[in-house]
Amino acid sequence: MAEETRATAVAGSERPAGGDRPSGDRPSFGDRERRPPRPGGPGGGREGGRKYFRRKKVCKFCVEKIEAINYKDVRLLAQFVAESGKIVPRRLTGVCTPHQRRLSLAIKQARNIALLPFAGRAS
Amino acid sequence: MNRTYELMFIVRPDMVEEEQDKLISTLETAVTSSGGNVKSVEKMGKRRLAYVVRRFHDGIYVLLTVEGGGGLIHELERRLRVTEPVIKFITVRIDEEQKRLDKIKAIRDAKRKTPPPAPAPVPEAGGETAEITA
Repeated sequence: MAEETRATAVAGSERPAGGDRPSGDRPSFGDRERRPPRPGGPGGGREGGRKYFRRKKVCKFCVEKIEAINYKDVRLLAQFVAESGKIVPRRLTGVCTPHQRRLSLAIKQARNIALLPFAGRAS
Repeated sequence: MNRTYELMFIVRPDMVEEEQDKLISTLETAVTSSGGNVKSVEKMGKRRLAYVVRRFHDGIYVLLTVEGGGGLIHELERRLRVTEPVIKFITVRIDEEQKRLDKIKAIRDAKRKTPPPAPAPVPEAGGETAEITA
């Protein structure tokens, strides 16, 4: 995911920070590693103008018309749980508020019955 | 009093098949004797637990769908609690959620029937879904 956004960042912007130096003979990844592009979020103009074009995030449940968010559907719920076991916030996933509410409820129920971990990866 | 509940419980992984069936049938008789009825029983099989429960890494999941009142659920939960091989259980009320889903489905069906001249967005949405799920 980070790889993809990085690629789009390079392709879709004029790169004012790294543009003055040749990228071939220098280890240019140091510049990139310092500020890894976040997977999403509005704006992106922390240093003045727009750097990258971010795709507008949409609610997966609204787009695919998934209405039933069930605690038994581990495949679905696991997409919205971070590696650490945390529920991924709305601002990162783009899920709308009503769906996030149901989602978090379902994730908590799934945790209770040991389908999802409370913390850490499912061992 | 007619509520629908889903009762999911985990039994220890070394429980043999006959004992599972015995446990399920005792639960079923408990349901019927207190005025409810069992809608479905599903043995979901052995599954790895997301975390260690009573020193077990695996468990056999069983799903019971039950119709009845709150007292019945109270009794079932009490039974599960005292049954030694059951290591974890959860009860979820599902009738209201089901009602909501049916309502949404009805609305969608009605919408689909009334405006027929809208062929463009339907395949697009379908294609997107297929792309993401694939």
